[in-house]
Amino acid sequence: MAIRSYRRTGVVELEELARLNMLPPEERLRRGPAAVLECPEMIPCNICVPYCPTRAIGMERLIDLPVVDWERCTGCGMCVAVCPGLAAFVVDLSGEDCDYVTVPHELLPVPRVGEEVILLSRRGERIGRGTVVRAWERNRTYVVTVRVPKGLGTEVRAVWVEK
Amino acid sequence: MIGKCSSCFMIVDGVPNVKTCREPVREGLVVERQRGWVPPAGGVELGGVENRELEADLLVVGGGPAGLSAALKAAEYGLDVVIVDEHLRLGGQLLKQTHKFFGSVELFGGLRGFQIAEEYIRKLESNEKVKVLSQSAVYGVFRGGLVGVVGRGAHYAIRPKSVVGSPGASERYLDFVNNDLPGVIGAGGAQTIMNEFGVKPGERALVVGSGNVGLIVSYQLLQAGVRVEAIVEILPEIGGWFVHAAKVRRYGIPILTRHTLRAVYGNERVEEAEVVEVDERFNPIPGSEKRFEVDLVLLAVGLEPDFRLFAQCGAAMKWSPDLGGPVPLRTSDLETSVRNLYVAGDASGIEEATTAMIEGQIAALSTASKLTDGSRASRAIEEAEKLSKFLWDEYRASPLLARARRGKLSVTVSREEMERIRSLNPSPVSFG
Ligand SMILES: Cc1cc2nc3c(=O)[nH]c(=O)nc-3n(C[C@H](O)[C@H](O)[C@H](O)COP(=O)(O)OP(=O)(O)OC[C@H]3O[C@@H](n4cnc5c(N)ncnc54)[C@H](O)[C@@H]3O)c2cc1C
Ligand code: SF4
Ligand code: SF4
Repeated sequence: MAIRSYRRTGVVELEELARLNMLPPEERLRRGPAAVLECPEMIPCNICVPYCPTRAIGMERLIDLPVVDWERCTGCGMCVAVCPGLAAFVVDLSGEDCDYVTVPHELLPVPRVGEEVILLSRRGERIGRGTVVRAWERNRTYVVTVRVPKGLGTEVRAVWVEK
Repeated sequence: MIGKCSSCFMIVDGVPNVKTCREPVREGLVVERQRGWVPPAGGVELGGVENRELEADLLVVGGGPAGLSAALKAAEYGLDVVIVDEHLRLGGQLLKQTHKFFGSVELFGGLRGFQIAEEYIRKLESNEKVKVLSQSAVYGVFRGGLVGVVGRGAHYAIRPKSVVGSPGASERYLDFVNNDLPGVIGAGGAQTIMNEFGVKPGERALVVGSGNVGLIVSYQLLQAGVRVEAIVEILPEIGGWFVHAAKVRRYGIPILTRHTLRAVYGNERVEEAEVVEVDERFNPIPGSEKRFEVDLVLLAVGLEPDFRLFAQCGAAMKWSPDLGGPVPLRTSDLETSVRNLYVAGDASGIEEATTAMIEGQIAALSTASKLTDGSRASRAIEEAEKLSKFLWDEYRASPLLARARRGKLSVTVSREEMERIRSLNPSPVSFG
């Protein structure tokens, strides 16, 4: 069997996420924030399931892939805070001239609201600058929402604070 | 440097071959470098050593996740437990794991490794059924089932009715030019220095091996402010889980598959590392050499089960490539061919902390079912069966654990088969 490209690169492509039904329909994202769980392997984990306040995440066996019901998901970001794989994000494409992305963050310094940060893609490329609009913490993982240039909502997966 | 190699040997207060990675600093301590063979200490006042004898229903050797959960479960069933660990604190590998764990919430999933250890230690310390001996090493087992332990200022002779051996694993090393230069260390060693003792191990690092350990340690280096130049992996694909790889990739750390480390260079310590690409047969491709300016080279090239306790007791062993080395044969409730000697955790085959905790509990429950009676004993059997079913049918059903599952299946035998093995290889020691 051919090796899946993400197993070679550590980067999952949008097409792969779509194929796994892990990418919310664009129409849904234009209505407001929704969770994107980039969790393509059958790892023994279900942490996100009990923590979701709207019970939007489904999973039968411990090793199954999480399935989000995007009609129930409110984009609250709880899954972003608890996921041990740091694989949960919230994407919001409802803005006219900007997108919003929520990412987990465990590096110092902690991003502060209003601060400008560097935006990183799944492969670590610096793809622009954004502004932190929300940041909260749960067991030392920060959940950081950034306003990013329109079109980058499905690309940005980390932020870097210039020291 | 997870407390099992000789990389950190130094002369401490005149005593050679002290593992400094687990020697606490104290007022007036004299530490000297040692090179090559050092004669035994002469004229050093070692102080008096007290001899103590102890009895226990269960002796747990090693206080990592497997041992901690075994001790706690046995105490829950009313057994008198002694748990021994050579390190300063109980916790084993959990102490250095600052990342959150997978699994389910009931299995501590979502907590960080060191928080799981804290939780266990809190419960054990408040349990009067459990006696904890830290900074104490099991060094041998004697005929009649007497276990020798050296502690600080005391020597113990322990006579247990049963033993759970959970001494964990040791890190593998790698052959390359100048691999003895300071700055080349095991990934576990770097974790100890950085995550347990709060010391930054270097400024620029190269990590060898892309299994979960290599990926996680790279992420932790990033958190500690160390620049990770690359992770090199000789195989064509990343060894560890995708989510761990994605974590480091998004911060720009490259993972070079089909690459290996050829040499490191430097005066007195690592200054440069040479990496080379390999072909399908793992032969270096001439002209593909790359040099990285680094002061730290971390080896995360696998672990080997610590089999010494079991081998010394004469347990029937089997070498399993899927489990990382030689491990004792065992029944499904983890009893080895030495009656009442159980194995749990990485020593039973390299896997992970969650499965180590489940194995520890299964072993303790099996002991409890023998040492208690009536409803307690049947409750222990029931609980062990439930855990066993969860372990094999749910947790290990993950394709990412297929290799460990296959390995563990290959060393698990039926009770009847174990009786046959026992009659063919009677063990020199016995417990109970
Ligand atoms: C970097 C890294 C990341 C990991 N991440 C995860 C993860 O996210 N999730 C997960 O489930 N697993 C993870 N693991 C694996 C997990 O940590 C191990 O599988 C687990 O710790 C094994 O538990 P154990 O109790 O068998 O051994 P250990 O944790 O190694 O404990 C063994 C203990 O025995 C003591 N000991 C050994 N010999 C003696 C002796 N003779 N006398 C007295 N004491 C002795 C040692 O001091 C040690 O404390 C990771 C491992 C590493 C190295
Ligand atoms: S964002 Fe909130 S509501 Fe949506 S899946 Fe995550 S936890 Fe559930
Ligand atoms: S918590 Fe994260 S790693 Fe675990 S199943 Fe959910 S998305 Fe996957």
